[in-house]
Amino acid sequence: MIFGKAKILRSHGWQYIPDLNGVTLTEEFRGFPILSNSDDKAALERAAKICPTQAITTSPLTLDLGKCLFCGECQRCAPKSIKFTNEHRLAATRREDLIVKVGDTAPKFDYSALRPEISKYFGLALQLREVSAGGDASIEMELGATGNVNFDFGRYGVGFTASPRHADGLVLTGPISQNMAEALDICYHAIAEPKVLIVCGSEAISGGLYADSPAVERSFLDKYHVDLWLPGAPTHPLCFIDGVMKMRSKIK
Amino acid sequence: MNLYKITDNRASAVAIADIPVVDYVDLYNDLKERMTDVRYHVAHYFATEIERGLKFYMIILDDQSGEVLITSFVPDYYAEGLASLTAIHPQFHPFEREMWELYGVEFTHHPWLKPLRFAHNRRNKESTMDSYPFYKIEGDDLHEVNVGPIHAGIIEPGAFRFICMGEEVLHLEIALGYQHRGVEDEMVRIQNRLRQSVISESIAGDTAVGHTTAYAEVIERLAHCNVGASLQRERAIALELERIAMHLADTGALATDIGFQLYQVACEALRTVTINTTQAWCGNRFGKSMIRPMGSNHPLTEAKIETIRKNVTDVRRRYNEVREDILEAQTLLARFEQCGLVPKAEMYRIGGVGMAARSSGALRDIRTTHPWGHYATNITHNAITQHDGDVMSRLATRMEEVLQSADYILAMLDGYKPQGDIAQPNYEPELDKESLSFALVEGWRGEICHVALTDSEGNICKYKIKDPSLHNWLALAIAVRSEGISDFPINNKSFNLSYCGHDL
Repeated sequence: MIFGKAKILRSHGWQYIPDLNGVTLTEEFRGFPILSNSDDKAALERAAKICPTQAITTSPLTLDLGKCLFCGECQRCAPKSIKFTNEHRLAATRREDLIVKVGDTAPKFDYSALRPEISKYFGLALQLREVSAGGDASIEMELGATGNVNFDFGRYGVGFTASPRHADGLVLTGPISQNMAEALDICYHAIAEPKVLIVCGSEAISGGLYADSPAVERSFLDKYHVDLWLPGAPTHPLCFIDGVMKMRSKIK
Repeated sequence: MNLYKITDNRASAVAIADIPVVDYVDLYNDLKERMTDVRYHVAHYFATEIERGLKFYMIILDDQSGEVLITSFVPDYYAEGLASLTAIHPQFHPFEREMWELYGVEFTHHPWLKPLRFAHNRRNKESTMDSYPFYKIEGDDLHEVNVGPIHAGIIEPGAFRFICMGEEVLHLEIALGYQHRGVEDEMVRIQNRLRQSVISESIAGDTAVGHTTAYAEVIERLAHCNVGASLQRERAIALELERIAMHLADTGALATDIGFQLYQVACEALRTVTINTTQAWCGNRFGKSMIRPMGSNHPLTEAKIETIRKNVTDVRRRYNEVREDILEAQTLLARFEQCGLVPKAEMYRIGGVGMAARSSGALRDIRTTHPWGHYATNITHNAITQHDGDVMSRLATRMEEVLQSADYILAMLDGYKPQGDIAQPNYEPELDKESLSFALVEGWRGEICHVALTDSEGNICKYKIKDPSLHNWLALAIAVRSEGISDFPINNKSFNLSYCGHDL
């Protein structure tokens, strides 16, 4: 038996990623899009029309990462106008900063929008309560993965906790189903001040595919201040880690 | 009289005119007898609004012959109600509950006529999540434990109500619906086939490949499109990769719940390798964007084939070491064996499907009974079954299926050269008018069934989705009866059912 366990240990070796900030994802990964003006207006119109969440405007050309599900179809329709890079760092502090324009070369993370108490109180440790309100399980699994043996976000004092009473903030996933709206609100209020609110995944940010569904109820987001917006379908663990690290850093 | 239109899981869509419209009494009497034979089970049963009242469709599977039996009926508009099939065959319960909740259809003598998911378009808006009529047992020695809707971990919401005597669970009732997003309505609201594909990926995000494969099959059967052997092969590779990834996740989750950290971290690492392989193939760790109707945006290349081959070989070897050690770990076996039993007969009675049913010895595997695509032409699938129906059986099924799926993938890649014969997806095919198209796919949890109805313009006017969880949640409730309440987590993980796939 001991021999079997030794074999497993030897086969697995060291699994953690030493430098979480130094990772470059596979070329296939669709992250931050670079937009360019091109003559092929018809192609761009086709891309905007087929977009499942209507995330694209054509004049001027913009792409809303808060709606984008990163299916990549617009790039295939209009390769001269839209090109996804493998940049996974997509976090923003303001909703409007998620709208990518022509000429943008990197995601905009505006440190000036951060509340100073976040780094003061949560700079060393941050415990979060996750609430799924219509999330499709992939995003919940990715948040779970942030603490796994590879990403090990716990090394920076960040983790997820069961009780909102023990939490410093709430991570929201899913388009906010009507049937979860009340439980979400109760959970948010059970967290003591000061607290952070992180909205994770394009479905949570804009409602995504369900933005116009009568089964969702999104007034929660009109009521409370959001500190961090994290696009993705689902949000990659490294995008979450990058965003939370930036949110907690001392403002220069 | 012919009660059914008989077809199979490879045929094209069926014209609605070819589906018999029968008398419910005749159908009831036939099913009363027929469903006592375990070779049959119900795959789908739903109602759709017609000009005057409702039209009902039912799909029955014959596991022995591979036939699919489709029927329909239109009850008299003034009829008082329908005799409940659930009363004699409990496997019908979620379907009858759904129709009662949505349209107010009265199923007489239904033993458990309760809301299914509190859909936004339910008939009785007074009935809300907060007023779910939980079963009650009175007694001084009893207490109730309520868990949810928000759970301790990072998982989806659902409410569990236990009635316990001391530590022992007498009864568990599971109230779902918190995840309801209106998926089926969104599928028909906009006829954008790309959007429908992406919605399919979000039905249950951990089964993105499974559900989108079912959607693509539904469309292709309406468009009379044969996508070719290469694409069918690549879809099967993606589906088996998804199965491996989720079985690894669940092996790790079961180990976590008994504090067995070595297996937990080993499985976390192996799952990372597996889903990163999927990401290197299509750009998404869950296989979103992988499956599209009538073609693919991510045909395999020689380099990708090599990556998959290398990683799957490595995962198989390393996971097998974990598996061999698990089988000798007495502390683990002491927790998992003879815990959470669902006997085979019970599994058949409630219509259990997929790996949970197989763990109880009930052979429910679409890859064997109703093969489609690559499984129909190139694989003679030997479904893995166990005898005991306990937590350990469900873990054992997972462990064996990881190795089996890895072997399938390696065999499918063996000698496979990309021919460049895979088309681009087609989002604007012409679809058969006034037809019913269904697809059955064996996802990692079990039987996925999608059904589409088209109107006289060839638009999809009704879309019905069934995730295997719809059948299997009841199995979890049965499994924990007379177990200690502290064994609930390992039972729950041993099934790992989908909340959003159930709630839609």
